[in-house]
Amino acid sequence: MIRETHLNALIWLLLLIIPLAAWQMGEIYTITLATKICVLALAGVGLNIALGLGGMISLGHAAFFGIGGYAMGILANHAQSYIPIMEHPFLIEGTKYMPVIWLLAIVMSGLAALAIGALSLRTNGAYFIMITLAFGQMLYFFAISWPAYGGEDGLAIYVRNEFPGLNTLVPIQFFALCFLILTAVIFLSSRLENSRFGLALQATRQNETRTRTVGLTPYKIRLIAFVISGMICGLAGALSADLNRFVSPVMLSWHTSGEIMIFVILGGTGRLFAPLVGAAIYIMLEHFLGGVSDYWQIFLGLLLLMVVLFAPGGVIGLLTKREAAHD
Amino acid sequence: MTDILDIRGISKSFGALKASDDISLTLKSGEIHALIGPNGAGKSTLINQIAGGLKPDSGSVHFSGQDITSLAAPARARLGLGRTFQISQLAPEMTVLQNAVFGALGADGRVSRFWRPVMKDRSLLEVARSALERVGLNHRAGERVSEISHGERRQLEVAVALTQKPKAFLMDEPMAGLGHGGSERLTGFLRELKQEAPILLVEHDMDAVFALADRVSVLVYGRIIATGTADEIRTNPLVREAYLGDEEEHA
Repeated sequence: MIRETHLNALIWLLLLIIPLAAWQMGEIYTITLATKICVLALAGVGLNIALGLGGMISLGHAAFFGIGGYAMGILANHAQSYIPIMEHPFLIEGTKYMPVIWLLAIVMSGLAALAIGALSLRTNGAYFIMITLAFGQMLYFFAISWPAYGGEDGLAIYVRNEFPGLNTLVPIQFFALCFLILTAVIFLSSRLENSRFGLALQATRQNETRTRTVGLTPYKIRLIAFVISGMICGLAGALSADLNRFVSPVMLSWHTSGEIMIFVILGGTGRLFAPLVGAAIYIMLEHFLGGVSDYWQIFLGLLLLMVVLFAPGGVIGLLTKREAAHD
Repeated sequence: MTDILDIRGISKSFGALKASDDISLTLKSGEIHALIGPNGAGKSTLINQIAGGLKPDSGSVHFSGQDITSLAAPARARLGLGRTFQISQLAPEMTVLQNAVFGALGADGRVSRFWRPVMKDRSLLEVARSALERVGLNHRAGERVSEISHGERRQLEVAVALTQKPKAFLMDEPMAGLGHGGSERLTGFLRELKQEAPILLVEHDMDAVFALADRVSVLVYGRIIATGTADEIRTNPLVREAYLGDEEEHA
């Protein structure tokens, strides 16, 4: 069939070429869809580090995605209303400057992941799933009941934030930005996978007694991975908020956690490009079937069921199945 | 000879069951100390308390002069306590070489490195390769652990323990399921290995125990009923009654 690296390159090229072609043809909506795929895939790349490499079944990653979204929403909201976030003891103002927003999104979601991970990782199995879910829902209800930033209605940001040298309101330019970030993060995650830390993380997933026996502490390794994973989801959340120019508690809800997990599982848990493939399938189903029926997620459910039952390696696993036999 | 490992009066109960009942034993440098006893005597519970998987209710464990009773398993491993398991504990989806490299990485300890490929790390590879070489597994380095045989997994466990350069080994039934040839080869290897680091050996294979052990302790119902050289143990009436006699009837 096809080697995984070749398939990955093909997927990457398609994600680049299709929006460029759409741009030439003036199909703005296609560019927006591709941008959405990039942003959601980025969240999936984050989760894949915890779930795929580390075996941590987190149903609370929406928390980090949402924190990233709110980091953007709050900073931009203050910037557009010219009201500082705080004046005492020192002045902190909002900003429309993306790099600053991203930095804050990454730091805040990383801190949240550190706190949530430090507690959740003391449990395992079903308890871990439940406790991550509980933390996610806590943040969700907190956002709903926090009137300062829109409560249930969320926050609308009227003009997309700025990146030096780009006009982010031009769809193809914002796409290029998201595409480059996704590419960079996928590259970083492939380095991580093959690094010392990656080996330790994967060994810990496969047999944590082995990890202890060689003198390493599984808890620490998992916690570091969980934080990295949360930070990437936070960055994805900030970009997603910028794409929609809107932040709402929905970003924090467990549906979002579930969606991110579906991307990873559809593509093939633990595979480098799985989140991208999964997110692309998800967005395309939503686009093509969503027009046919409001209940398009029935088809998503069926697809997910098929993948889980008949293709545990996900779509990528299915397409590269015979690789081993040829080698 | 100095005591590398010194276990002083450890006891452990699970409800009414006394799995370890005031056990004291030592492991001296250069020796193989075998721990034998019928099924359910508490051998694995004892090994687990020495390795740090279980905390004793009372008593203490000393390792190269240091009280390690309150240390967790990873800390004990870092101090140089190498361990192999009755049921192999390896990373099944990784290759033989990766498992060995992981052992070397654990000994090195610098795990928070996210950039450079670990499988191109010369220092780790060197340690891993030479450990595989010593147990005779180098030709299987590229195989996944899930694809290798039971006996090879046992060899790999020993190799991973070797990458740790331990000061003492805890080996829980390394001969189990090896077959005659494999068991003989491992016997020879352990005899060579004890010069580097003493071995506390739990073993069911009596031929191997009497061929290898400098001292033998017999554990029955959580108590050590006798410790001595192989000959002393063989002729000890208490031991014959509790354990060996029983074996001979089956043989």
